[in-house]
Amino acid sequence: MSEASANAVVEIRCTVNAEPRAFRAYPMARLLDVLRGELQLTGTKEGCGEGECGACAILLDGELANSCLVPALHADGAAIITIEGIAGGDQLHAVQQAFLECGGAQCGICTPGMVLAAVNLLERHPNPDDAQIREGLAGNLCRCTGYMRIFEAVVQACRASGVHR
Amino acid sequence: MRSDPREFQLSAPATIEAALDRVSREPRVWQPFAGGTDLMVLFEAGKLQHKHFLSLWRLRELRGISADSQFVTIGALTTYSDILRNSILQDEFPLLCQAASETGGIATQNRGTLGGNIANASPAADSPPALLVYDAEIHLISASGTRRMPYSEFHTGYKKVSMRPDELIHSIRLLRGSKNLRECFRKVGTRRAQAISKVCFAARVETNGNRVRAARIALGSVAPTVIRCYKTEAALQGGANIAEATNLLYGEITPIDDMRSTARYRTRVAQNLLEQFLREAGLR
Amino acid sequence: MQREPYIGSAVPRKEGREKATGRARYVDDLSFPGMIYGATVRSAIPRGRIRGIHFDPAIAWNEFTVVTARDIPGKNVIALIVDDQPCLAEQLINHPEEPVVLLAHADPYVLEKARRAVRIETEPLPAVFTIEDSLAKKEVVWGEDNIFKTYLVQRGDVDAAWENAAQIVEGEYFTGAQEQLYIEPNGMIAIANPQDGVSVWGSMQCPFYVHKALAALFDLPKEKVRVIQTETGGGFGGKEEYPSMIAAHAALLAWKSGKPVKIIYDRAEDMAATTKRHPSRTRHRTAIDREGKLLAMEIDFTIDGGAYETLSPVVLSRGTIHAAGPYFCPNVRVDARAMATNAPPHGAFRGFGAPQSIFALERHFDVVARRAGLTPAEFRRRNFIRKGQSSAVGQVIHEQVEMGKLLDRALQLSDYQAKSKRFALENPTSRLKKGMGLATFMHGAGFTGSGEEYLASVVSVEASREGKIRVMAASTEIGQGTNTVFAQIAADALGLPYDWIEIAQPDTSAVPNSGPTVASRTVMIVGKLVESAALSLKQTLQRANLLSPDFTAAEFASACSNYIAAHGALKSTVQYQPPPNVHWDDVKYQGDAYSAYAWAAYVSEVSVDTTTFEIHVDDFVAVQEVGRVMNPVLATGQIEGGIAQAIGYALYENVVWREGRMMNSQMTNYIMPTSADLPPIRVFFEEQPNDYGPGGAKGIGELPMDGPAPAIANAIEAATGVSVNRIPITPEVLMEAMENVRV
Repeated sequence: MSEASANAVVEIRCTVNAEPRAFRAYPMARLLDVLRGELQLTGTKEGCGEGECGACAILLDGELANSCLVPALHADGAAIITIEGIAGGDQLHAVQQAFLECGGAQCGICTPGMVLAAVNLLERHPNPDDAQIREGLAGNLCRCTGYMRIFEAVVQACRASGVHR
Repeated sequence: MRSDPREFQLSAPATIEAALDRVSREPRVWQPFAGGTDLMVLFEAGKLQHKHFLSLWRLRELRGISADSQFVTIGALTTYSDILRNSILQDEFPLLCQAASETGGIATQNRGTLGGNIANASPAADSPPALLVYDAEIHLISASGTRRMPYSEFHTGYKKVSMRPDELIHSIRLLRGSKNLRECFRKVGTRRAQAISKVCFAARVETNGNRVRAARIALGSVAPTVIRCYKTEAALQGGANIAEATNLLYGEITPIDDMRSTARYRTRVAQNLLEQFLREAGLR
Repeated sequence: MQREPYIGSAVPRKEGREKATGRARYVDDLSFPGMIYGATVRSAIPRGRIRGIHFDPAIAWNEFTVVTARDIPGKNVIALIVDDQPCLAEQLINHPEEPVVLLAHADPYVLEKARRAVRIETEPLPAVFTIEDSLAKKEVVWGEDNIFKTYLVQRGDVDAAWENAAQIVEGEYFTGAQEQLYIEPNGMIAIANPQDGVSVWGSMQCPFYVHKALAALFDLPKEKVRVIQTETGGGFGGKEEYPSMIAAHAALLAWKSGKPVKIIYDRAEDMAATTKRHPSRTRHRTAIDREGKLLAMEIDFTIDGGAYETLSPVVLSRGTIHAAGPYFCPNVRVDARAMATNAPPHGAFRGFGAPQSIFALERHFDVVARRAGLTPAEFRRRNFIRKGQSSAVGQVIHEQVEMGKLLDRALQLSDYQAKSKRFALENPTSRLKKGMGLATFMHGAGFTGSGEEYLASVVSVEASREGKIRVMAASTEIGQGTNTVFAQIAADALGLPYDWIEIAQPDTSAVPNSGPTVASRTVMIVGKLVESAALSLKQTLQRANLLSPDFTAAEFASACSNYIAAHGALKSTVQYQPPPNVHWDDVKYQGDAYSAYAWAAYVSEVSVDTTTFEIHVDDFVAVQEVGRVMNPVLATGQIEGGIAQAIGYALYENVVWREGRMMNSQMTNYIMPTSADLPPIRVFFEEQPNDYGPGGAKGIGELPMDGPAPAIANAIEAATGVSVNRIPITPEVLMEAMENVRV
């Protein structure tokens, strides 16, 4: 009998926001659906379902990924950070605080993915120039802000974390 | 939600050998699945026809960039991010790095792989034109052995590749040592980031004064596959001027009208890009 | 009051923390016990008769809830203005995304398979897809003549003006459809049964529009229908009328199944089926004298309304009134009409008809200026409307209009003169051709004409024993800052801390009808009601001798506590009263069209790559007068976001149609600007307090949508010498234009 006949759920073990999690999922299930469904982490949003808008962005093993394009199987053994894992309790991350102060969030639906993209950008470029900011956020679409307040928030977050010179 | 994950199988063999064994015992049943940036889009849209996939994502041996004195070898599962951050590639094969940096956003670059991009065989893919002008060689593996072929022979028709169902892409190899040529990569999408190309142009020439000693010209989105423009190249090497070259190019491409652009636009822009490139290379 | 007022200061967004942490709950984040999922089966043809509905026997249909038009308890209509759009098509199909059958199932994947297993058998009828074919009555697809609505504006004697003209300039201009592309797709959850009535939760701009539609559809008394707005991820007009349709569908499925039903559109369905901006065609004929002063303007303005009337008459009205721009002209005729075609109904989108007619006017005026031998700026300057002059519909402008000042400032900030000169020198030998372009325009705040009088909006403000304030209105927060600005207004009116103000979640069972969240009316109109209600609440305490004229927050709290102990509740409710001397005559279509206007001058700098015909906006300067700026961060964000959307409208966003259906209904193929595509957007305000707005505010939200497209098209002409009179100006469009005119 072909090995291809058995479509079964598989056990996935990973860490989500630094906590070990185990769940069962169909291997092709979208990680986005698993996060929002089984794990009830609804901060990760769906905007397009085709990897274009970035609303579903997460950090997967430290790298930005669109969770709508990640099959659940690829979460096995991975370290996942979602928007829920960015703030330290009530203490907002510098990027989140800057989004509040600079008007980086309007309707808020792109904000979780945008915050993760900005956090990831600052990990790669602690003091990014304008071109690096624009490039680092180009996979996250925002229809409200025209991005200007978001750019400002990224710069402000650098300043707040003392990196910006 | 347009596809039901229960109807799909995605299985992750632990080793390359196990993966090759699977595709050799059940050819055509299993299709390779790399970063998922193309396949998951089709999945969500309800357009993924195939149902059984082998995830190669965790096969570390297939990921990475290595170099010896002669070649740079890029594993099939090397991501765009890996490519654009690699200093040898940046230095010696900048067109490939540029193609990688203009493919999707950061999230896509972190998951999209060179092998996946090639196997997906989209005529609008960004890295193939760069690979074509670098005379890349593709390395295929199967349970029964390995083979290499010029990458220029890999794409045989719209979404068709010369690869057997029991084969996997192992790596892409680039010949080193031809630095200091004039080269150019230009992706024309409607916007600057996150675009699907309407015309993708890559070229390199070696000139001696205003004579062309060697020319490589490749284009995406202007034919059923990415193409090398051999006639145009030969003419340039034979002393053709810019006007003659762009005329020949017209005969080598077969663009279409679709929802992204028009055949007229693609034709004109392909010609213009060649013209601009040759002009900047000092030709007339 | 010791502290600085909140109005005018950049207090942080009220719900910003929830949004930045991912805790804000949007409709798709909600779940109810026993909830199942709903899906919509749509027509596959643009026009025809339904002959039958076939259910594939391979599907276990007994597991599904299936709803057709016959299951509708009340009237099969999405009640809005005229009742012409059915909730579910029963006999006739009028566009290719018309809902016909609804399905619900507990498993969304099984549901999707079933959706594809329903076949609507139809007998096709001929259809029309363009304004031209509709006008020519190639086929009559609506009413007797395909015309939803016409307006005629007549001022002076246009016909007599031509013979005295130094120049007569004609032009024809087109604008395409545009998708709102809010990043949160539409969605609704409904619970419905004959005992309790119908309740829906969802993403929307106008809870009472949904309420009205559901009451008619289910034939229920108002109190049996409840509509609750959940956090809404953008609207831009796109969640003005269509949410009524989705709520209706979810409610019908819930009614029949007895279970809560959730319908969330995926991006493809949302883009293809819901409303988009009306495509338009505008023809101009303009007469000027030797000094470049306007003598006559004849404007023919036509919009494509799609298959049903919906909001087209209202969109047409705003477009008509804005068609002559911020200029004085003694003789004007605007002949306007909204036409039917077999596309999904076009609807509300930021600007609401004005971006279409203003694109035509501001593009046309660059052509007129050249014929007059004047610069674009000088021609406009000679014709700006001034205080005391009247508009084409006879509105005497009572406010100080500073268009010249706005324009001068925009020219200076953009370095317009020096750059224009430099580009003219450099362009002939450069592959990149650069140009500067400008547009001057205005946008009326609030509903057009007598709209606000008919709406008669109501707002309540209530205090708790602790002195905490609840603002109750149906105005929705959709990203634009309603919550924040209402809290600023109430806090200042009451002299209380910002944190003491809470904005009630819009819920038709709990808040009064403050009207729809549209038309740049929320701050100016509803905000004024918030201010009045708050002031009246304070007066109540002062009249009861519980509060001295000068009080602390703690004293306010104890006054509230005392008042509530004595009277049970402390709440004040106010209703809209039109400002004095603002009158509109619906029959003559004349009068004070808007109680206030925002005014603006925008300058764009573009470069055109002549190898690829790619156009990039390199710099954008936006100078506007919007009355008092309530919150500089929010206001700047509104302008920047509107300009970004308008840059998309001008250059990128092309709806590809085939027989009334959108073919590129994916974010991959419908191109909105990314962070890599936009120029620095530089925003400047002149402040001129409006007598009738709270703290002096006017409307702001729609203004930035109006000017960028013509400013960009004008800059492209300055760069290339090629006049492109249609948007979007994609590289393909520009190439064709440049190939016809050798440069």
